[in-house]
This record gives sequence, C-alpha cells and structure tokens, in this order.
Amino acid sequence: MVEEESLRVVRCGGSELNFRRAVFSADSKYVFCVSGDFIKVYSTATEECVHILQGHRNMVTGIQLNPKNHLQLYSCSFDGMIKLWDYTDGILIKTFIVGCKLHALFTLDCAEDSVFVTINKEKPDVFQLVSVKLPKSSSQEVEAKELSFVLDYINQSPKCIAFGNEGEYVAAVRDFYLSVYFFKKKTTSRFTLSSSRNKKHAKNNFTCVACHPKEDCIATGHRDGKIRLWRNFDDEKKYTYTCLHWHHDLVMDLAFSVTEMIIIHRNLEASAVIQGLVKDRNIFTGLMIDPRTKALVLNGKPGHLQFYSLQSDKQLYNLDIIQQEYINDYGLIQIELTKAAFGCYGNWLATVEQRQEKETELELQMKLWTYNKKTQGFVLNTKVNMPHEDHITALCFCNAEKSENPTLVTTSKDGHFKVWILTDDSDIYKKAVGWTCDFVGSYHKYQATNCCFSEDGSLLAVSFEEIVTIWDSDTWELKCTFCQRAGKIRHLCFGRLTCSKYLLGATENGILCCWNLLSCALEWSAKLNVRVMEPDPNSENIAAISQSSMGSDLFVFRPSEPRPLYIQKNISREEVQWGVFVPRDVPESFTSEAYQWLNRSQFYFLTKSQSLLTFSTQSPEEKLTPTSKQLLAEETLPTTPFYFILGKHRQEQQDDKLNEALENELVQLPLTENIPAISELLHTPAHVLPSASFLCSMFVNSLLLSKETKSAEEIPDDVSMEEEKESVDSDEENNFTEEVQDTNNTDLGKDIIHQLSKSEEKELRKFRKVDYSWITAL
Amino acid sequence: MGEFKVHRVRFFNYVPSGIRCVAYNNQSNRLAVSRTDGTVEIYNLSANYFQEKFFPGHESRATEALCWANGQRLFSAGLNGEIIEYDLQALNIKYAMDAFGGPIWSMAASPSGSQLLVGCEDGSVKLFQITPDKIQFERNFDRQKSRILSLSWHPAGTHIAAGSIDYISVFDVKSGSTIHKMLVDRQYMGVSKRKCIIWGVAFLSDGTVISVDSAGKVQFWDSATGTLVKNHLIANTDVQSIAISDQEDSFVVGTAEGTVFHFQLVSVTSNSSEKQWVRTKPFQHHTHDVRAVAHSPIALISGGTDTHLVIRPLMEKVEVKNYDAALRKITFPHRRLVSCAKKKQLLLFQFAHHLELWRLGSTVATGKNGDTLPLSKNADHLLHLKTKGPENIICSCISPCGSWIAYSTASRFFLYRLNYEHDNINLQRVSKMPAFLRSALQILFSEDSTKLFVASNQGSVHVIRLLEGSFKHLHTFQPQSGTVESMCLLAVSPDGNWLAASGTSAGVHVYNVKQLKLHCTVPAYNFPVTALAIAPNTNNLVIAHSDQQVFEYSIPDKQYTQWSRTIQKQGFHHLWLQRDTPITHISFHPKRPMHILLHDAYMFCIIDKSLPLPNDKTLLYNPLPPTNESDIIRRRTAHAFKISKKYKPLLFMDLLDERTLVAVERPLDDIIAQLPPPIKKKKFGT
Repeated sequence: MVEEESLRVVRCGGSELNFRRAVFSADSKYVFCVSGDFIKVYSTATEECVHILQGHRNMVTGIQLNPKNHLQLYSCSFDGMIKLWDYTDGILIKTFIVGCKLHALFTLDCAEDSVFVTINKEKPDVFQLVSVKLPKSSSQEVEAKELSFVLDYINQSPKCIAFGNEGEYVAAVRDFYLSVYFFKKKTTSRFTLSSSRNKKHAKNNFTCVACHPKEDCIATGHRDGKIRLWRNFDDEKKYTYTCLHWHHDLVMDLAFSVTEMIIIHRNLEASAVIQGLVKDRNIFTGLMIDPRTKALVLNGKPGHLQFYSLQSDKQLYNLDIIQQEYINDYGLIQIELTKAAFGCYGNWLATVEQRQEKETELELQMKLWTYNKKTQGFVLNTKVNMPHEDHITALCFCNAEKSENPTLVTTSKDGHFKVWILTDDSDIYKKAVGWTCDFVGSYHKYQATNCCFSEDGSLLAVSFEEIVTIWDSDTWELKCTFCQRAGKIRHLCFGRLTCSKYLLGATENGILCCWNLLSCALEWSAKLNVRVMEPDPNSENIAAISQSSMGSDLFVFRPSEPRPLYIQKNISREEVQWGVFVPRDVPESFTSEAYQWLNRSQFYFLTKSQSLLTFSTQSPEEKLTPTSKQLLAEETLPTTPFYFILGKHRQEQQDDKLNEALENELVQLPLTENIPAISELLHTPAHVLPSASFLCSMFVNSLLLSKETKSAEEIPDDVSMEEEKESVDSDEENNFTEEVQDTNNTDLGKDIIHQLSKSEEKELRKFRKVDYSWITAL
Repeated sequence: MGEFKVHRVRFFNYVPSGIRCVAYNNQSNRLAVSRTDGTVEIYNLSANYFQEKFFPGHESRATEALCWANGQRLFSAGLNGEIIEYDLQALNIKYAMDAFGGPIWSMAASPSGSQLLVGCEDGSVKLFQITPDKIQFERNFDRQKSRILSLSWHPAGTHIAAGSIDYISVFDVKSGSTIHKMLVDRQYMGVSKRKCIIWGVAFLSDGTVISVDSAGKVQFWDSATGTLVKNHLIANTDVQSIAISDQEDSFVVGTAEGTVFHFQLVSVTSNSSEKQWVRTKPFQHHTHDVRAVAHSPIALISGGTDTHLVIRPLMEKVEVKNYDAALRKITFPHRRLVSCAKKKQLLLFQFAHHLELWRLGSTVATGKNGDTLPLSKNADHLLHLKTKGPENIICSCISPCGSWIAYSTASRFFLYRLNYEHDNINLQRVSKMPAFLRSALQILFSEDSTKLFVASNQGSVHVIRLLEGSFKHLHTFQPQSGTVESMCLLAVSPDGNWLAASGTSAGVHVYNVKQLKLHCTVPAYNFPVTALAIAPNTNNLVIAHSDQQVFEYSIPDKQYTQWSRTIQKQGFHHLWLQRDTPITHISFHPKRPMHILLHDAYMFCIIDKSLPLPNDKTLLYNPLPPTNESDIIRRRTAHAFKISKKYKPLLFMDLLDERTLVAVERPLDDIIAQLPPPIKKKKFGT
C-alpha cells in the first residue's frame, strides 16, 4: 500500500487555537476552534478532537454556527471562501467564493441568506464590514459576489464588532471610536472618546465590544482596563455610559451571559488552551524528544517545559522549571527558560534560565532534574547559580552507553566550557548525589558557542567562534583544532554509526564543512546557508534546512558523501527555526531510495509562526489518530431494509478488495458508481440531503444498474470507495512532487472535495478517467 | 508689568467648613448651601455661580436640613430643634421657631409650597403651615420608633416617604397614618451590620420610592404594595444623599467614598416603551463624604466634608458651549477675608471665630528676577483676637495706618484701638458703640484712617469720624425709599471725598462724603458686583462683575470712561470671560495711573490701559517674557492684560508700596491635611 506515495509537508500541530473565539454547538456537545488552515471540533465531554475540518487553503479567520440549522457551521478564511460544514460528520456541504481576503465572519438569525464578513479594500489598514448574500444553489461551489457595505473604518479583529438585540444594530470599535449602525433606520451613530493625548485619558482606546442579548446596551473594553456600558446610543446627544474598572491591564474580551447583565471577560496574556501545543512567544529551547515518553519537549507556558505527544496531538503535561509566580505585566522582564537537554536515556534533564534587566546584570541559573520512577516525574536535584559569567550558548550530555558517570558540558560566551559530573554529595550515607564542576576549558579567550559529544562519548567537540576544538573526554586534553576561517560556527555535530569519524560544522557565512577525525583534515565542504542541522539518532543521516529568499529547503545527506540523499525544496514559506528527528516505534519500509531516510525516524520542524510541520506520505484521513477514529460516526450500517440490500455486498467488498481490485476494475466500472451512491445516501445526514424526488430517481437508478451487473457477473466485488480515494490521493501527490510550489494548496483542497463529494455521476466519471489510466500504468 | 518684590504669605491657616446641605431653587436658579458651622450661602447659578449672599454661622446652630419653600423662602432646621427662616433681602434671620421634637434631622417642603414637614429625633413627623410671614404648627403624623432622617413628598402631595433607622414608612398626608412600613435589609455582603440608616428617600410620581442607606444600597420600592423592586449595591460604605431631577428621568446619589453616581431612566430597547433605571456615570470629584447632592436641570451639584462645592454639568442638557458647560469647583468664599495695613505692613486674617494680626517679614537681600530671597526677619504673629459669643464673624477690617481694627458679628460691632510700643501691642476696645451699629456687612476705613464706613444690613451706610480713643457719628446714608437691600461692598476714594457702595443686585451708589449726599448711581447691571475700587487722582470707579466684565466709571463726570466704552465695544477676550472665579479685589498703583491691579483665586492681573486690547486671536495668558527677547517683539505682542498665574489659590493680593506686593496663598493640600482622614480605600498596586 505504501509504495507510491510522495512526501508531503503536513501540519501536525502548533497552530493557534485561540486565534479566534471558540464557538460552541447549539447543544454544547462540541466546541469549535480555528487552528491554522483547519477547524478543530472537540467533544466537550471527552475533550478529544473529534474532527478536523480541512478544506481552506489559508488561515481560517472566522467560524459561526448556521443560524438556520444548528448542525451546520460557517467558516471563512483568508483564501476568500466561506464554507458551510456539517460538523457532526465532518463534511463540507458548500463553498461560497467571495474572492477577497476575509478577516472575520458574523451570522445573524434574522438576516436571510446573508452573512457578514470583514474585508479590507485598497488601504492595508482600512477594514469594512460588508454583508454577503449567499446565493441558493445546489452546486458545491457557488460564487457569492453580492456584497453590500455596512460599516467603514473598523478593526479587523472580530472582537471589535458585535451584533445586538437580535440584529437591530451592529457596534464596531476602533481606536477611539464606537460606531453603531442601525439596520432598520440605516443610520450610523459615532461616539468618540477623548484621545490619549490628554494625559488623564491615556490609553483609553477600545479593545473589544459586546452587545447585550436583549437590551440596548453595549459593553466596550478599553486598553486601560476599563469597561464602559453604553446606553441610549440611538441618540448621539443623549447617550450615556457607565464605567467599570476591574482590570489593571487591557481588556481582551467581553461577553454577556444570556439571562443577566453579568459580564465575563479576561485580560490575561496567556490564554487557556484546551489541548495541543501551547505557544510561547519565543521557543528558546528548541525541539527535543523525551527518550521515555517519546514526547516532544519545548518551551510551554511561561516558565514551563511542555511535553507534547505527537501521536495524539495533545499536551501531556507542563513541567514547572522556574517555579516562580508569573506576573503578567507589560514591560516586566521575565525569567526566561533558555536551554534544556535530556541525558542518560531520560534520567536527567538539564535546564538553564536567565533574566537580564541591564547589560551588566545577568541572572543565570542551571537546574538539573532527575527522573523519579516512583512519582514518574522529574525532581529537582541540583541548582547552580551563575554557572557561567555570561550567557550559556549550548549544553549537552554525554549519551554514550559505556559512560558510568553522567557528564554534562556547558559552553558560554564568557569563553569557557565547563564539564559537570554527578558526584556524591557530602552526605555521610553517600546516598545523595549532586552535580559539580569537574573541568573548565577555554581556548584563547574566544567565546565558546557549541559543544557536542561523539556517539561513543570519547571525544568532545567545542566550537570557539570560528575554531572547532576536539577534546579527549577522559583526560580533558585538547586533541586537535580545526579552523576554516569561514565565519562563526553555528551548528556542530558528529556523524553517527558508520560515519562516526566525521564531524560536521555549519558556519554563519553559509558554509557546511565536514572534517575527517582520523586524518584531521577537511573531507568536504559545501555552500549552504544552514539554519537547522539535526542528526538522526537511528541512522547516519543528517538533515539540514537552509534558508533562502524563496523559502526553506531541506537537504538530507550522509557525512561520508557530499551528495545529498534527498532534497525537498520549499518546505515552508517562512523561516524554519527548529527541527528534530523522532524515532519511529515501528519502522516504516519505504522502498523508494529517496524516502529511506524516513524509515526509522520521522522529521518534525517548527516554523517561525510556530506551526509544527512534518513529512508524511499518508493521506489525511489515514493520519487521524485511533482515538478520533473511534469517535467518528459509526461505519456499520444499522439493520434497516437498506442493510439487507447492501450488507452482504459490503462484506464481500472487504474480502475481495485487495485481491481483485486490479483485475476487476475494467469489468466493474458500471458498479463502482452505484455503490458509492447508495452508501453516500446512507451516510449523509438527512438534513443535508437533496429533495426526496431527486434521490429517489437516483436510488432506483443505481439499484437497477447493480442488478444488471449482478446478472452479468455473479460476484460484485469492486473497488471500494476508499480505495478509489486513495488512488486519487496518490495520484495527486505525484503531481505534487512535480509542482512543489503549491504543496499545501492542491492536496488539501482536492482531497476533501473528493472525500465529501456527493454521488454525482458526472464527477465520478471524470475521476474514473483520470484514475484508471494511472492505475493501469502500474 | 514691572518688577515687584512679592511677599508670598502662606501662614493664613484658613480652613473652610464642610458642606452639610445643598438646596436648589428652580425658580430663581439659586443654590443654598449650608455648612457644618451653620453658615448658609446663596449662590446665583445664573450669575456664573457667584456667591451673592451669606448668613453667618452660629456655634449652636448646626443645620441638618435646608429647603426652599413657596418660591423664594429659605428654611433651615438643625440639631437645636429650631426651624429658621432667612430674610434674603436684609441678610439676617427672620425668625427661629422651636418644633418641640428634639433635634431636627430632616425637612421637606410640600410640592405646592404651602406646607413644611420636619422629621425629629423623637420619631415624630410634624406638619407646619407656611403663612405669609411665619410658619404655624398644624399636626403630628404617626410617631415612629426612631429618628426620622429623611423625608420626601409625593409630587401630588398626597403621600410622604420617611426614612428612619432600618425601615421606611409611607404616610398618608390626609389621615397622617402609616400606610406601609418597608424594612430594609441590614445585611451587607453577608455580614450583618448593626443598623441600616436610611440617609435619603425620594418619592416619584409613579409611586416608586428610592432609598439610599448606610449599607451602600440604592433601592427601589413600590409604595403601593410596600415591596422591594430593585436593588443596586453601589458602594462599600454609606450612600449619604440623593437628589432627583424635576422630570424624574435621572437622579444622583453621593457616597461616603466621595463618589457621586448618576442614575438615568433609559428605555430598554430603542423601540419599546419599557424603561428602567440604570447606573450611568460615576464621578469622583471629592475626597471625603458627599453629604449633600442637588440636581439642577443642567447639572449635578455635590458637596461634602472636603468643603468643595462641585457643579458638574450634564453635557447632554447643555445646549451651547458656554460657561455652564464646564466643571466648576468652588472652594473659597467669594469675598475678602484678608485686610492689609500698607504702611505698617500688617495683615489681618479673618477666621470664623477669631482674627489674627501678622506683621510681614522683611529681607535685606537683593536678587535677580525670579529669585527667592532669604528672610532676615520672620513674619510675626502679633495678635489673636477671639470673638465673644457663639456667633461667627461677618466682616473685619484694619485701618491703613494699622491702629484700628473693626469687626462685626450678627449682633455686635467691635472697634479696637491698637497702640504699638516697640514690640508690644496695646489693644483697647472702644466702648459704648451706638445702638444702630449692631451688625455690619462691610467695614471700611478711609485712606487717612480718620473715617470709618460701616454698611449695615438695613441698607444704610454709616459714616463715623475716628478720634484718638473715641469716635463721632457723622452721618448715615439711608437707602432710597422702598428698597431694603443691604449693601455688601464699599469703596472709598484715596482723597476721602467719594464713597461707593453696592448691594447684591441693584446698582452702585456713589456718595459725596464731604457734602454727605448721594452723588450718583451707576446704571444697574444684570450681574452682581464682585469688587469695587476708586482710583486715586482721577476718581474713576472700577467695578468688576460676576460675569467677568470690568467697568470704569468716572465719578466726577458721572459717566463711563472712554477706555471702558472701548473695551465694552470690543469685548473681553474669551479666555478672560471663561475664568472660573470672580475678581475679589481691585487696587491701583500710586505712580502709574494707567494700571489697574486685580486678582481672582487663580490669577493676578495688571491691566495697562495704555496698551492695545487683546482680541480673541492673541494669546491672553502670555508667560513672562524671557529677558533676552528684543524689545520690539515684546512690544508687538504686548497687550493690556498682564496676567500672572504663579500664585494660586490666591486669597488676597495688594500693593504695599510702589515696588512691593503681598500675596496670600492657601494651598489646597494644606486644607486637605487639616480635614479628618477620608475613608481608606485600597488602591490597586499598593
């Protein structure tokens, strides 16, 4: 099954869940969050992600329930489309093409067939609220070009627009203005606060707005933490407001509860995330793999390390490293967790935190944590204040199997590298252990920038700006130095397994060097502006990501030969910041030469906008985790009259699927369209089905056809719907390798269209033509 | 402007007393304010909030309630159990009448103005009939268990709401019996306070009773059923006052935290007729308890322990941007409390119950412009003169030579002779004052200290010749027949020939002191006079009015001077007209006849009549020109008004000699420091 796929870049987490307000379903069983290009549907009972609604080709910017049918969800995106979803089954119902970037989406109960979106025309900072008439049409893709202007000069954030009193008016805030548009009167009232030039009213610009569900009352949040409740705003002279001051910092969001005039609001910078990767402002620690849980480890909540399960796209836990209360205040310089490293198969964790308020006042702390088997967690073992005089640039454990004594090396800008070893503490029972400094090394007062142990732990490589020094780890003697004078060393790593005699270094000037440690000579060098260099722990392969003006490119190579094994251009539009190889639990067996590097490990990388991406050959539905598969709608059909017609049919299908797929395809052509038609009919919820008259003819038609084929040939084994899809997928993925440019766009878009396609015969026929020409080629 | 040596006096420890009640009169647009020392002040809101009348306080007469009735009649009641009516023409107390119910806590006049209701300590509510010249007890209502702290009439005059301790009673006026007794929850945020005091009630025409209480609640009651309709918890401390607008669409409450909340009746949705009371704007203009609030058609008025009277306009009710559209904060009385003996460099400070005489310090040092010179001799507190009796001092004066001091209370007039023997002062009271010199509204000595002018409250001005140790009554200028208006401002010309006297509203009368007859009357002006002075040599009378207009009237020619006509034609600078406080003192430079010196609480101004007048485009408040600026530019930008805002709040400023000024300041921080501490509030981040 896995031969023909091509590698695709797949987003697997990290997108902001709180980019827009989450939406609850009408029965509160589901909560919807936007996440990058997707919409995630979480079950409120189990907290699991039930569906990922994929189909948008750019960031999803707004979601709203369909006011006329609470089982449907509208979404809008920067790609200029409004999509209507059936969220219980996770299928796309309709797409409305608007054409311009949509920044926010609003729906109204009373607005017939139209939704409201925020667009920006001409100037980059001027946004308009327009109403879009959604044309009634049975086709999948409809152009919605009928825009009518509502409000001008508004804020792009959806929090700055609110509809009130069952759609009587809409309120929008921006800077110091509150504009209220009355739909019935078609008039706009505008209220202005005195601007911040006046010292007394400093920082009183609007941040968000909410409308009372029943009364004419608008609540606005302000940057100075005040909340104003506006009334009588239909009269520009007699309007009145009251002020509530509950926050010391800006009001981020406001909401009215249904029954009373209680205002819910928050103003914390750190937001609650149901699940998934917590995003920090900066990822200093890079990506690591916890050897025990195989979880991805990186900065999490402020002051915490987060453990994130890649398999289930779920945050496992946060480890409090700094152990101080986080005070959320603008302009406060916080303690930052800057470095972390795992050692000795996950038994030890080293972390470095720093805080620098002024040039000369550096606070530095290194903490070493040991894994406690009883409590199944990390416990603080040693705390070292000011381990170095200056910033720590790298730290690395000696992970060699033979080493009986855990060893840690830290390098710092102060020109030293220090070796820390685990020793007995001064305890009479000799039970307590702690870390002490064993050796301090330096080289001509250059700043130490990187360090790396060889695989067997016998050698330590430390780079001092442009010079790489090799030290014997037993005696701490300087063995030799390498210097290419090609700029400061940015990355340093030893080769592994058969390539362990090589040392690789990437410099700031865009040179990748490979030294042979036996001959102490430069083996080869290449011009490559390396941003990320990661060795695969399970093979000789090394992945390097280079940055160019076009985007980021991936190169996979072995140190023994300068020619790369695999090149993938343009893996991401933006800069890749970190990458990591994650060992696979079950090795894959890619036969293709180019993909063999992914057999034993999977490569994950994090972009500047903090989306976590990986390479995958699988189609998106296969990627769904087991748990979410269970939560999908039951595949088995209920025992209805339809079941008796179709049940046998399906069993046979499954048996013969693999064996006879190829040989029967030509004969079974008329059948393939019948079966999807019926199964589609049964799978589709009743409320999204077309009219019964339309269905009836189709249904009868399909049964007739199947009978014909049955008479012609006894066993109706056929290519199942799924299989067909797969072939389409792989087909498209082939295309994808050819046109690397639109990686994300093509595959995501068409996959879903196909998966959700209603059984329109024309379309299937079209596919058939394409598909089978390709399959026969096999 | 010229350079002056300035005595910057900050040892006048004047503390105004806190405001206890305010009452707004819609007919005359006047505001009555009573203070904790018993003083009652009348502010004319139409005349730029000028304090045009005042009734001096009395130690035993602490007012607890103040109300207007029957149009222009002002009543007050206090803890001595008396109901007092004030004579607004003669500026004295018409009569005081004991209600025989113990201390009176509350008073309300009926909507028709014919009846007066007082609530007493013993729980009785007494109804008085207002007759044209007196009030007459009519009957008692059902007696309650505890004191009646607040009273409100139903606009139809049929029912009364009375706030007591822990409950509100509703009375039927006809029968005088209690209809409902509405118990107020003592609980405050789950904690049972000892007692819940109903500080204020308001009866609306739809039968709703609004109450404010010591638990911080504003509650709406239905008086027909006696049930609680709505509850707003607005403060952690007492809500002490409530005032409702005439249209019953908004009301204002004041809390002990110094916050004033505005409530408005707004429709729930724009197209429905259903209306609800919502709390709208909070105002924090006070630091201490807001003891009293009033609601004029265009403004919210509040006053409290921190002695400020704050008039906050309602922007939606102000039609045009004029004087009413700005927030006003009145702290100091609009009259002079300081008099000065120029030759001896003495200052006389007037307090409520005593006078202080100070000799200014002196220096021998010299310095540049703007330097602070060190004192070689500190200011001397020469005299502390306590009044006899419980009455407050109305006015006081020291003669220019420094050897006479005169002051007056509501019932007695005192004249003292001072003898200076080196550092010792010999004070000698001039006895046997004539009977007609009982109470004076203004006292003035002539420039050569030989004559004393006393404005009494019957509208007459007495002229007395002072001799060494004795006096002689020369003449009394009687008011013109038919007017009983009392004179409150006097000015005498330096040569002693002319005397100008002004009442509260009518024009300024100029008397010829030599011939002892009325010389002329300056044409009446709409706004009251705030300061008067006669210039030396020219005998021009300069008059400042409360609308910030300044007139110059030539007494010998009996007409306005040319300069005055010019400035009236051109108009004053708009910033000049928008000033906050009235001009309280005018003086002249002896060597520069073109200069007029005047000041209000926030600026000191020299008007140079020789320079061109400013128009609205020129800068009115020009900073002192830098010394390196060339004379040409200075001359080009110069205009007649030279204003210095360096000294504020300024209570008094006068010229001691050609090159010396004395400025008496009273920083607000010093006043606040002498007030009782406000309720401590937790401030975020401390």
